[in-house]
Amino acid sequence: MAPTKRVMFAGVGGQGILLASRVLAEGLIRAGVDVKSTEVHGMAQRGGSVVTQVCFGERVYSPLVGPGAIDILVSLEKLEALRYVHFLKRNGTLLVNRREIPSLPVLTGAVTYPRDIEERLASFPVSLCVIDADREAERLGNPRVMNVVLLGALVRLAGLAGLVDWKEVVAEAVRPQYREVNLRALDAGMHLV
Amino acid sequence: MQQKMILSGNEGVARGAWEAGVGLGIGYPGTPSTEIVETLAKLEGPLVAWAVNEKVALEQAYGACVTGMRGLVTMKHVGLNVAADPLFTIAYMGVNGGLVIAVADDPSMHSSQNEQDNRWYALHAKVPMLEPVSSQECRDYTRLAFELSERHDVPFLLRLVTRVSHSRGLVEIDTAAGYRRTSRRYERNVPKFVVLPAHARARRLVLEKNLANLLSDPEARGVNKMEITSSEVGIITSGASYNYVKEAFGHRYSVLKMGLVYPLDGEIIREFAGRVQRVFVVEELDPYLETHVRALGVTCEGKKYISPFFELNPQAVATSLVSAGLEPLERPDPAAVEPVAGIPARPPILCAGCPHRAFFYLARREKVMVVGDIGCYTLGAMPPLDGIDVSACMGGGFSIALGISTNLPEGEKVFGVLGDSTFYHSGITGAVDAVFNRRPIVPVVLDNRSTAMTGHQENPGTGRTLDGEPTVMQDPERIFRAVGFDRVLVAGAYDLEGIRNAIREAKAARDRVAIIVKAPCRLLKDARRGPAREIVTHDCTKCKNCLRLGCPALSLKEGGYVAIDTHACAGCGLCEQVCRHRAVRVKEKGGTA
Ligand code: SF4
Ligand code: SF4
Repeated sequence: MAPTKRVMFAGVGGQGILLASRVLAEGLIRAGVDVKSTEVHGMAQRGGSVVTQVCFGERVYSPLVGPGAIDILVSLEKLEALRYVHFLKRNGTLLVNRREIPSLPVLTGAVTYPRDIEERLASFPVSLCVIDADREAERLGNPRVMNVVLLGALVRLAGLAGLVDWKEVVAEAVRPQYREVNLRALDAGMHLV
Repeated sequence: MQQKMILSGNEGVARGAWEAGVGLGIGYPGTPSTEIVETLAKLEGPLVAWAVNEKVALEQAYGACVTGMRGLVTMKHVGLNVAADPLFTIAYMGVNGGLVIAVADDPSMHSSQNEQDNRWYALHAKVPMLEPVSSQECRDYTRLAFELSERHDVPFLLRLVTRVSHSRGLVEIDTAAGYRRTSRRYERNVPKFVVLPAHARARRLVLEKNLANLLSDPEARGVNKMEITSSEVGIITSGASYNYVKEAFGHRYSVLKMGLVYPLDGEIIREFAGRVQRVFVVEELDPYLETHVRALGVTCEGKKYISPFFELNPQAVATSLVSAGLEPLERPDPAAVEPVAGIPARPPILCAGCPHRAFFYLARREKVMVVGDIGCYTLGAMPPLDGIDVSACMGGGFSIALGISTNLPEGEKVFGVLGDSTFYHSGITGAVDAVFNRRPIVPVVLDNRSTAMTGHQENPGTGRTLDGEPTVMQDPERIFRAVGFDRVLVAGAYDLEGIRNAIREAKAARDRVAIIVKAPCRLLKDARRGPAREIVTHDCTKCKNCLRLGCPALSLKEGGYVAIDTHACAGCGLCEQVCRHRAVRVKEKGGTA
């Protein structure tokens, strides 16, 4: 029996984390595996830090796991990668979007945004992959599809690309007028890693 | 036809209620319960509404159920405190149509002010409680709860937690089944439905009998499930904790999953204990099950190993029980990395252009003591706004201020601050008391025409019901006048001068003065959106005064200047009013920030 795989998304409210994790879960369901996911809403939506987890395998009981148990951490923002990196297993995969979003204490000048995040992440016993999904999304003409760029990269990194037709899954998850750009984002993400 | 769908726990509850032919679904918004009512509203058939508060919601649903309809009530855990009064008595009276109260706890307080364990309510109020572990069980147990409620003449509680409400998983549903409203005949029955003491005494005995009957109902007992896979160790658990136990130990140890957490079936617990050598109890928060298992004379261990506070997870359960000699499927691997210390926090903040910002900014500067309430505006307590001194519970903003006013130096006043939804929820009574007991507080309503924090639900001030139908639009100003306030000062939420004057005037007043600060939540469609601002670096003296607004569009740049992210800026103009050096201006089209 294949062991359960666990993916965690981290980012900032408004970055499109919920969509990314729901599309991942939907695709996995179609592939016939058992999936459970968990999200935290509420206070988190007012620009706070947001996380979701998606666990899949032959039989998944818990949607939630603790530190040290995540196989792949996808962070849509650099500081959040640092905040949640301890959820990763040893030698787990860390996919990070090269984006800095200052939090309130940074905005007001109470503290500074760490300058050395990428170096620190690289020093951990995890396999690190940093991409610029925002730049990619802007190149495609819609900054909001950054989340789908990352989803594409995740699908490729996790070896899930051949599992289902991800294009179809994404196409059904977004509004018709944004279908085209989201599909291109997915494709771009897959080719970034 | 059976079809698999991926649903959240909340969607599962709505689906189950719909399939059960629920007539009225009603609640008060509160994370993590809100989407139950919202999902039900999208399904054809039942009446669905937001009530002004949880007590009113429960009472309405009960009324519907007296007439023979099925009623679903939803709320977050602390909402049950508000609804507790009818709850305890409804248990005596029993039902006609089925009554199910879905209540969502929030262990770890992701979005709440406490993490009370609502299983005790079931025991305390003698109301049967089911606890689902998955979206599938959310749907199944909701249907079952309606059946059992009618069969045994008792209301039912359905206990959810964040990780059940907001988790998603596969649910098998019957797509062919349509909606058919369930209905029973109403017959006038005064001894049952009017709780005069003599009637209540009789009903008290009926309740005991109903609970006993429920406990001998095979369908009710059927939700408690034994999985005997080991004679060495047995784990008794329920709800989300069951998921964590199974994830950590698989089929290695025997498990007794209690689906019916009140009344507890002592028989199955004793039988289970008899089939294993060591019994453990794994449960989140309080030792509710453990206390009962022990009372049955069964030796067990639970909170000795398992944390009694905050959310559990499979790794936490595994690690705790390793010290008791248990062997998890995967030895919890020490994380690759220790949690990284000393990184900047990312607290939630009021949106750029939020109509609440100016009041808190000024309250701090005018040095008034402020009692807050529950909603987005609780964030007014965070630095740099730092504008709230005390905040406890929903609707408490005025009432706590009343008490504070009894012990203030002569001539000082305390301000009580509520949002509009909170005002209608249970805040108005505090305003009435202020007049009644002649307390010199200044009640303030930050009227943003929405229940914003939970996702912009309608409330009595929005002029629309949940289904978008127009209705009377309440007006806090008229309510203040009606209960006896002499003057109501109304200020625009972005008019710094106006708000400052109102605060000063109210502070100095000898008559009864209330304040209303008005502007729709920035995230609403019809919200005012002005032109973006920019800071002319040349004129910026680096005084950083604007940064005290805590607006996410403003940030300190290298060299000590402040800059505005024009994409994030909502154009509310507060920073322009705050800047004494006229460095903030409307951004010229095509210009650079
Ligand atoms: S959602 Fe509305 S009320 Fe809440 S912080 Fe944002 S603007 Fe303010
Ligand atoms: S005008 Fe100033 S205070 Fe208002 S949203 Fe823009 S930057 Fe923030």
